[in-house]
Amino acid sequence: MNNTDIKRITPKNITDKEFFYGHKACAGCGGSIAVRLALKVLGERTFAVLPAGCMSAVGFIFPQMAFVNNAIISTFPGSASMASGVSVGARALGLKDYKTVVFAGDGGTADIGLQALSGAIDRNEDIIYVCYDNEAYMNTGIQKSGLTPFGTKTTTTPAGKNIHGAQSFKKNMFEIMAAHEIAYAATASIGYPQDYIDKINRAKHTKGTSFIHVYASCPTGWGIPTETTVQIAKEAVDSGLFYLAEYQNRKFKLNKNPKSFFSAKDYLLKQARFKHLTDDDINIIEQQRDEKWEYMREHWK
Amino acid sequence: MSNKKLFISGDEAVAIGTKLSRPNVISAYPITPQTVTVERLSEMVESGELKAEYMHVESEHSAMSAAMGVSAVGARAFTATSSQGLLYMAEGLHYASGGRYPIVMMNANRSLALPWSIYGDQRDSLSLLDSGWIQVYVEDAQEALDMIIQAYKIAENKDVLTPFMINLDGFVLTHTYELVEIPEQEKVDEFLPPFQTPNKMSFEEPKNLAFSTTPADNLEYKYQQNRAMFNSINVINDVDKEFGDKFERYYGGMVQEYRCDDAEVVMLTLGSITGTVRMIVDKLRDEGKKVGLLKIRYMRPFPEKEIIKLAKNVKAIGVVEKDISFGYEGTVFTNVNSALSKIDNAPLSLNFLCGMGGRDVSKSDIYNMFISLFNAVKGEKQKRVQFINMGVETDE
Amino acid sequence: MNRPKVQKYVRPKHIDDYPVGPQFTAGHLSETNAAWRTFRPIIDKDLCINCLRCYIVCPDGVIFKSENKVDVDYDYCKGCGVCAYECPVDAIKMVKEELL
Repeated sequence: MNNTDIKRITPKNITDKEFFYGHKACAGCGGSIAVRLALKVLGERTFAVLPAGCMSAVGFIFPQMAFVNNAIISTFPGSASMASGVSVGARALGLKDYKTVVFAGDGGTADIGLQALSGAIDRNEDIIYVCYDNEAYMNTGIQKSGLTPFGTKTTTTPAGKNIHGAQSFKKNMFEIMAAHEIAYAATASIGYPQDYIDKINRAKHTKGTSFIHVYASCPTGWGIPTETTVQIAKEAVDSGLFYLAEYQNRKFKLNKNPKSFFSAKDYLLKQARFKHLTDDDINIIEQQRDEKWEYMREHWK
Repeated sequence: MSNKKLFISGDEAVAIGTKLSRPNVISAYPITPQTVTVERLSEMVESGELKAEYMHVESEHSAMSAAMGVSAVGARAFTATSSQGLLYMAEGLHYASGGRYPIVMMNANRSLALPWSIYGDQRDSLSLLDSGWIQVYVEDAQEALDMIIQAYKIAENKDVLTPFMINLDGFVLTHTYELVEIPEQEKVDEFLPPFQTPNKMSFEEPKNLAFSTTPADNLEYKYQQNRAMFNSINVINDVDKEFGDKFERYYGGMVQEYRCDDAEVVMLTLGSITGTVRMIVDKLRDEGKKVGLLKIRYMRPFPEKEIIKLAKNVKAIGVVEKDISFGYEGTVFTNVNSALSKIDNAPLSLNFLCGMGGRDVSKSDIYNMFISLFNAVKGEKQKRVQFINMGVETDE
Repeated sequence: MNRPKVQKYVRPKHIDDYPVGPQFTAGHLSETNAAWRTFRPIIDKDLCINCLRCYIVCPDGVIFKSENKVDVDYDYCKGCGVCAYECPVDAIKMVKEELL
């Protein structure tokens, strides 16, 4: 995607203002990095809509209001439709120059919120939907979601002798969104913050619906030291288990195409949620990865 | 100059009432027998007759979620549904009332699956009686139209700020054509001011909405919500008077009495069956019987005061409803008896469950209900809860 | 004001002191998060090259630009250590609070 027409936002020129502040997220929370940076790009004329999930649970505990901009909690399945209502309602009142953004978790997006999201894209609502993906229902205590990857130990996919954690593969949200011929879709990682900032900025300048799937680590749920939250999200990309891509005008583009991968095994085994994986399990994961990359390298040039 | 009159259905009357109320956004999902309302509204938006945004949401859950988003920026929202659709928005109903978003919704009363049935009864809205919405039940298309306009005025009152559900009996009312007087837009604009609320997001005064509370504050918000519902009683009565003064149609506010003055036996009704009961009251009055009718207009807030006032002077009360709370009795009956329990020497009460899933209720059925009440007054034992028009024997 | 600051919050005494419905002033903070912290990030301003990496990756947004360097709002720093871990020149040390 050609970003040259948009003024780039960098650490030097990004606003000094903080819009997500004093929240009660766990120390080292990756989701809060995603929310914080997105709001710094979008600015104060932004309505934020958050369904049930970590970011709403930690941001709106009366009388501690962590959003400096306008923000509202939606029902769990209804974030995309409430955001649609906010966006359309504001337009009907004659408001100009504003953005409406959703921050929903992986479960809130790929599972319970998928229908409303699909409807919003169908109507091409002028909203930005950010899915901060920490790969399980973290707020309720680490249960499996539709974006939990194969082999993950969660509280509902225990790793035992018979079954080694989650047996389903991660739902392909990015391509599901692209299949709607959405105005703009991208994947990102808090491990590559500048890339994420660029994509939020692209979404800000897109008329119609944008979807950004940002990989956002969770030290509590993943079993990693809090200080490594950004590093692990970078390694997820470097190991090829998560990829950075964009979709616009019916075209896919890979933003990062490494010649070789960082060891998937190293990435996995440093996290408590994957510690139980056998070499056979890791082979399955690597094989899945390699097939996906073969396809992307051929088709997403 | 006489006012304009149109020969329209209940659904169309709702659409016209909505148009006259100038909503900013309509978000709705089609379901029989609500569809004609949303079709007409779509046409009005298309023609430019109604300057509003029409959102083609993908479900009732989203219809309500979107309506809340609309209200949360201070815009006026309308939606309409029925039956399964109302149940699908159940989460949103509680959310909207707790959030204090004064959305107005038309509900076409329809049976609930299973078994499937598209015909009318009141199980849908009565099973959501506790969702914190003001619930009014109308008798005809004129009342439906008028109540949409009144609904916004009541719901948006600063002491109320509570969502409002207007219930019309499916088909019997939604699809029946009547001559309806159409209020002039100018007069409606005088009656209904633009929507204003402190409970909204704006760039002048940024807010965080729909937050969570710890146990230290939750009860206070629920108390506040409950108080707002009680506040609505006076507002309902005031708005009825103001509307009547302006448009020459009074509905009585919480209830509407008919020939109750010296009545010994009174039938309590909800919705379109009222018309039939009124005819039977006239017939029985002609026969010299002291009977009357109390049309319950609002189920929430509940017209407890009005029912108590009436009950002090009567010997028997019948409650007709198209509903049952399985394992007990009709929901309206339970509510009425709760009011009766607050007076000494309360009249006896009987419950007539009828019309479920569209089962016909004839004039003679209503007549027989009165007979049962007379017999009860005479001391003859009657079944307290009676299923009207069972098609087979039940061994009971 | 770039960051909200903790404000004195007076609990409602009467039901009418509550906002109408669940709505409140955006960015109203009634308490700090300082008590969460076990380790405190200490920035060595002589070593800091002002690359702003710590500023960008801070989950709590507590690192701010200050006279060509960065500083920390200790009222809201939780001591996660991401800044120190990500600093390319090791200019940030995590020091145990009780040793300070």
